[in-house]
Amino acid sequence: MQALYAQLLVGLINGSFYALLSLGLAVIFGMLNIINFAHGALYMMGAFCAYFLLELAGIGYWGALIIAPIVVGIFGMFLERTLLKWLTGLDHLYGLLLTFGIALIVQGVFQNYFGSSGLPYAIPDQLKGGMNLGFMFLPIYRGWVVVFSLVICLATWYLIERTRLGAYLRAATENPTLVRAFGINVPRMITLTYGLGVGLAALAGVLSAPINQVRPLMGADLIIVVFAVVVIGGMGSIMGSIITGFALGVIEGLTKYFYPEASNTVVFVLMVLVLLVKPTGLTGRAA
Amino acid sequence: MKPKSIVSLLLGTALTLALAGAASADDKVVKIGSLSDQSGLYADLSGPGSTVAAQMAVEDSGLTGKGWKIDIISGDHQNKPDIGTSIARQWFDVDKVDIIVDVPNSGVALAVNNVVKEKNGVYINSGAATSDLTNAQCSPNTVHWTYDTYMLAHATGQALVKAGGDTWFFLTADYAFGQALERDTTAVVLANGGKVVGSVKHPLNTSDFSSFLLQAQSSKAKIIGLANAGGDTTNTIKQAAEFGIVKGGQKLAALLLFLTDVKAIGLETAQGLNFTETFYWDMNDQTRAFSKRFSERMKNGAPPTMVQAGVYAGILHYLKALEALGGNPHDGLKVVDKMKSMPTDDPLFGKGAIQPNGRTIHNAYLFEVKKPSESKGPWDFYKLVGTVPGEEAFTPLSESKCPLLKK
Repeated sequence: MQALYAQLLVGLINGSFYALLSLGLAVIFGMLNIINFAHGALYMMGAFCAYFLLELAGIGYWGALIIAPIVVGIFGMFLERTLLKWLTGLDHLYGLLLTFGIALIVQGVFQNYFGSSGLPYAIPDQLKGGMNLGFMFLPIYRGWVVVFSLVICLATWYLIERTRLGAYLRAATENPTLVRAFGINVPRMITLTYGLGVGLAALAGVLSAPINQVRPLMGADLIIVVFAVVVIGGMGSIMGSIITGFALGVIEGLTKYFYPEASNTVVFVLMVLVLLVKPTGLTGRAA
Repeated sequence: MKPKSIVSLLLGTALTLALAGAASADDKVVKIGSLSDQSGLYADLSGPGSTVAAQMAVEDSGLTGKGWKIDIISGDHQNKPDIGTSIARQWFDVDKVDIIVDVPNSGVALAVNNVVKEKNGVYINSGAATSDLTNAQCSPNTVHWTYDTYMLAHATGQALVKAGGDTWFFLTADYAFGQALERDTTAVVLANGGKVVGSVKHPLNTSDFSSFLLQAQSSKAKIIGLANAGGDTTNTIKQAAEFGIVKGGQKLAALLLFLTDVKAIGLETAQGLNFTETFYWDMNDQTRAFSKRFSERMKNGAPPTMVQAGVYAGILHYLKALEALGGNPHDGLKVVDKMKSMPTDDPLFGKGAIQPNGRTIHNAYLFEVKKPSESKGPWDFYKLVGTVPGEEAFTPLSESKCPLLKK
C-alpha cells in the first residue's frame, strides 16, 4: 500500500510536465488554431537556454526560470510573425507540417553541436535533498515542480478564462474582424498568445533540466505523449488539458507499478478509447 | 536457333562468367558499411563517431597507397530491427557492400547477423552487447569485438558480489540486450552465492525512472543492477541520486557505462561508480595519440568510446586479412576464416585473438569514476582499478553453445 502512495505521487510529478506542456498546446490551438508540433523542440530550447545561462553568463536556476521562457517566447513570436501567420485560414494540416518541420530543423541543429547524450544541469542548492514522508523519500525538487506547475497552470487558466484580456483573446478567435472593429490589434494579440504558449513550454524545459538530461531529443520523446494528453482532454480546452495532464501522469505511474512493460503505451490505449466513445475529448465541445 | 549457335552462345556465356569471376577474385575494391544509431540514445557512443573511426582505420591501414580503393558508407538503423535489416539487404544487393561494422542495439544486431550470413558478407560488430552473437546465434560470418554481456556480467558482477553485494535487484531495458545482460549477471550472482530479489523491465528510451527506482528502493537489495545503456543509464543514475538511493545504503551497479554517459551524468553524481570497459582513451601513449587525432575530427571534440575504438580495431584487422589474401575475394566466409587464423594486434586493444565462435579476446579493465577534484581535464574521468585478462573475461569455449564449435 505504501508503494502505491509513492507511485501516485511520482505520477503527479510527471503529470505536472504533461499539464504544463499540454496547456501551452491548448492555448495555442484554442487561440491560433495551430497544432504546434514544434512544442517539444521549444521545450528543449528552454532547457538548453537554462544550461547556457549557467555556463556562459553564470545565471543560475532562479534567473533561468524567468529569462529562459522570455527568450524562447521571443523566438516563438519571431516564428509566428515570419512563418506561421501566413497559414491563417488554411487547413490544420499545413500548420502541423510547418511546425513539425521547424521542430526537426531545431532538433537537428542542436544535435549537430551537442550530440545526443545530453548535458548535466544541477539541482539548485535551495531545493537539494529530500524529506521522508513515511511511505517514500520525496526529493524536494520534485515536490517543488508539482506545486510550481500547478500554480502556473491555474494562473494561465485564470488569465484566459476570467480576465478582460482573456475575453478579448477568446473573442478574437471567434470573430477577428469584429474585434478589430473595436480598435484592438488582433494580429499583435495572436503573436503574444503564441509567445505565451511557447514560454510555457520553455518553462517546463527549465523545470525538467535538473531531472532529465538536457539533450536535443528530450522534447521529441515527450511531445507524442503530450499530444495524446491534449486529444484526450479535448483540443483547445484549457482546464481539460490541465486536469488530463495530471490524471494521465498518475495513470502512467500506476501502470509502471502494476505492469511496467505497458507504461509506454497506456496513454495511447486511453486515447483510442476516448476517441471511440467521445471523439471531441473528455472536456471538448463539439466543433 | 541452330544447335551450333546454341553451343557457341553457351560457351560465350561461360567464358564471360569465368572472366568476370576471375576479375572479381583479384580486385582491390572494398566497400564498408557503418550501420548505427545516428541520432538516438546510442548515437554518441557509436553513431557518427564510428564512421570517423572507420575512416581512420582505412587511412592507417595504408592500403589506399597500395592501389586499393576503399569506400565507407553509413546508415541509420534508428534502433529498429526492420530498418536495420532492410538497410543491410540494400547494401549487399544494390551497393555491393562487403562488410558491415558497428551496429549497436542487440535487437538490431541479431537481426542483421542473419542477413550477413545469408548474403555471405563480413560482420564486425562492436556496438552491441548480447553474448548470443557468439553463442547460440553465432555465425561463421561474424566477429564480435569490444565487449559482450558475459564479459560485463563477469567482470563487474563478480567484483561486486565478492565485495559483499550479495542481494540484487535489476532495472532492465526491455529488449534483447537488457534481457541478455540480466540473464548473464544473474548467473554470476547465483554462482557466487548471491541472491536476486527482483527485477523490473522498463521500455527502451525512458525519460523518467522514478517509479522503477522506488520499486528498487523498497526491495531493500544491496545492489541495484542497471541492465540498460546510454541515455537510459544516465537518467537512472541521475534520478537515483535524487531519490537518495546511494545515501540510503544501496549501491548502483552500472553494468554497462560508456565515456559519453559519464560526461552526461557529470562527475559530481557519477563519482565512485564501478564498471568495466575494454578501452579508455587515456590508457597509454598509443591510445592517447589515437584519441587526439580522433577528437580533432569530432564536432564536439569527444575522444573515442570503446565501441568506436572497436570499430577502428576491427576494420584494421579486416584490412590486414584482405592484404594477406592478396585481394578482396568478396567471400565473407573466406575473409572471416583468414581473420580468425591471424592473431589480432592493434594500438588500441593490444594483442589478442579471434576465437572460432567469432569472439575477439582482449583485456578488460575495471574502472572507477574519479572525484571532481581528481579530474584534470574535460574528459579525465576514469581510474583504473583492475585488469581482467581476455581469457578470463569472455565466455570460455567449453561453455559456448555456438554450433560452429561442434564441427
